[in-house]
Amino acid sequence: MTTRLQQLFTKKQDHNLSLFITAGFPKKESLLEIIPILESSDCDMIEIGIPFSDPLADGPIIQESSTLALNNGMTLDLIFKQVKELRSKTSKPILLMGYLNSLLKFGLEDFYSACFDSGVDGLIIPDLPLIEFQLNHESFVKKYKLDFVFLITPETENKRAIELANNSSGFIYLVSSNSTTGNSNKNTHDLNKKINELKEMGLKLPLLIGFGIKNAKDFENACGSSNGAIIGSAFIQLVKNSNDLKKDIPQFIQSIKTISYDHSIK
Amino acid sequence: MQTQTIKGYTVTEEGYYGNFGGAYIPELLYKNVQELTENYLKITEDHDFKTELNKLLHDYVGRPTPLYLAKNLSKKYKAKIYLKREDLNHTGSHKINNALGQALLAKKLGKQKIIAETGAGQHGVATATACALLGLDCTVFMGEVDILRQAPNVARMKMLGAKIIPATSGTKTLKDATNEAIRYWINNTDSYYIIGSVVGPHPYPDMVTRFQSIISKEIKKQLVSLEGKEDPDYIVACIGGGSNAAGAFYSFIGNGVTKLIGVEAEGKGITSGHTAATLKVGSTGIIHGSKTFLMQTKDGQITEPYSISAGLDYPGIGPLHAYLCETKQASYLSATDEESLTAAFELMKLEGIIPALESAHAFAVLDKLKFNSTDVIVINLSGRGDKDLDTYLKNYK
Repeated sequence: MTTRLQQLFTKKQDHNLSLFITAGFPKKESLLEIIPILESSDCDMIEIGIPFSDPLADGPIIQESSTLALNNGMTLDLIFKQVKELRSKTSKPILLMGYLNSLLKFGLEDFYSACFDSGVDGLIIPDLPLIEFQLNHESFVKKYKLDFVFLITPETENKRAIELANNSSGFIYLVSSNSTTGNSNKNTHDLNKKINELKEMGLKLPLLIGFGIKNAKDFENACGSSNGAIIGSAFIQLVKNSNDLKKDIPQFIQSIKTISYDHSIK
Repeated sequence: MQTQTIKGYTVTEEGYYGNFGGAYIPELLYKNVQELTENYLKITEDHDFKTELNKLLHDYVGRPTPLYLAKNLSKKYKAKIYLKREDLNHTGSHKINNALGQALLAKKLGKQKIIAETGAGQHGVATATACALLGLDCTVFMGEVDILRQAPNVARMKMLGAKIIPATSGTKTLKDATNEAIRYWINNTDSYYIIGSVVGPHPYPDMVTRFQSIISKEIKKQLVSLEGKEDPDYIVACIGGGSNAAGAFYSFIGNGVTKLIGVEAEGKGITSGHTAATLKVGSTGIIHGSKTFLMQTKDGQITEPYSISAGLDYPGIGPLHAYLCETKQASYLSATDEESLTAAFELMKLEGIIPALESAHAFAVLDKLKFNSTDVIVINLSGRGDKDLDTYLKNYK
């Protein structure tokens, strides 16, 4: 059986857009409003952030969204409840991204089985070490037919990057620069070089680029040698400032994909 | 698996003490942490490094620190009470042992930019001092609340040439300063992060324990000439993250003789909701890259600690202590703000010593322990109280 993520990349190899939104932001029930809008738009994948009190890899925008979500009373139980409700309304892959402590406190098997029950497709847990994944998580990921995505950075040695890719499924997440989320100091030349080296070493898994992607130009650059890109902080900023999500979200997605539309017209 | 064993515990190659420890870090920090893991023992066990560090500890820091028989305190508590005078170190606390060691290590690794977190400011001052001495750039992250309550140390750091960055997230104390330091490190991987306690991802807990182990190594030697034996009956030390306790316990862990007593900050009381007694109210989880005990909600959100003492105001504890607690190789007690203030004023009156508020917690459990009159007790007096004068004056009756 192929997963929704695998189906996506079989169907569409390039310019995939994944949007990241913190659950419970800006309001406790906001996922129920935002995800149906994404379903009817040109977004290809949805990442839901599990809010955490101490998100070490995140810059100020996602930190702030997490704090607000926690103040709104967001919990993992509630995320699963909302995803379950949304699953009948969208066929797009849904990933959860969060920190290990939330999973440990929930209980590992309980967590992975709840992912399965609610219709979550994959996981990104940036502070989970590879060895701990293999020892305590991999069997649940397989049992519950989920995809698990590791992060690599421009500074990850190629050999290690391939090892992380071999332990990932669905896709591998390439962080655009060594920075917390939302920072924008990218060197796409280095990234393309890195990706080409990895492909020469046999990387087959689709690759998405994230961290610091803000606009159409960033998106187009990131798509140069990858299968698409992930937008988090810039999307959260948009949601925060919007008075009309139904209008603003599709407009935002269209603005990101403008250049790729031009390409397809040509 | 390659492991390092000392009596009583083992640290695995991945940095585990039993179930605790490890390195739970995002890939963004992997390269830096890996570089350190591969090199810290190679460099710090090197003969030349040891000679250089020991010379600095002797000539510059003023080690060995005295082991002082506190006669008046002994009389009151009916036992032989010695104080390990870490308060007499240059910069006023044990923190310099580690800061100098790591700054020297950073230099050997070719790093020029140093970052550090600080709570009470003792580690910040020690790091700023080490950087001034060794010609390194120094940036210190400190919670906004701590900046206000530890103003003298902020001024010291600035004069020593450090840049202070206020941490404005959370309760604006030590946990948040550590978060900010880690984020800065992710964004500036050419920096070297000098963590001030036995916390954080492997190899920090082990490395900091080793740099602080000089405390117990000296106690051992000093007791031989003072008491004719190496091992005391008790070692008592305060615990936030646990670096002074780790250093004071190190040589005595698993010797079957010495009772190791750690004292956490109870704040306003265990059940008050205003406490930093992690081992009393916490549970297992991940904080700052380490699996250990921490204070958290049922959903795994890290909660805000409270203590009158900025240096103990931390919601986690080093993985070594979580392990020693679980395996019952050390006992962990706690003392309230009130009890610690009382103990500090008592030490001032009886021995003419003004302790740091942190260290005062160790003295606050003396009347909770039952000693024999021949028992030899060593209290680690980890720092001096100059920085706490405002708090003392406010509470002096």
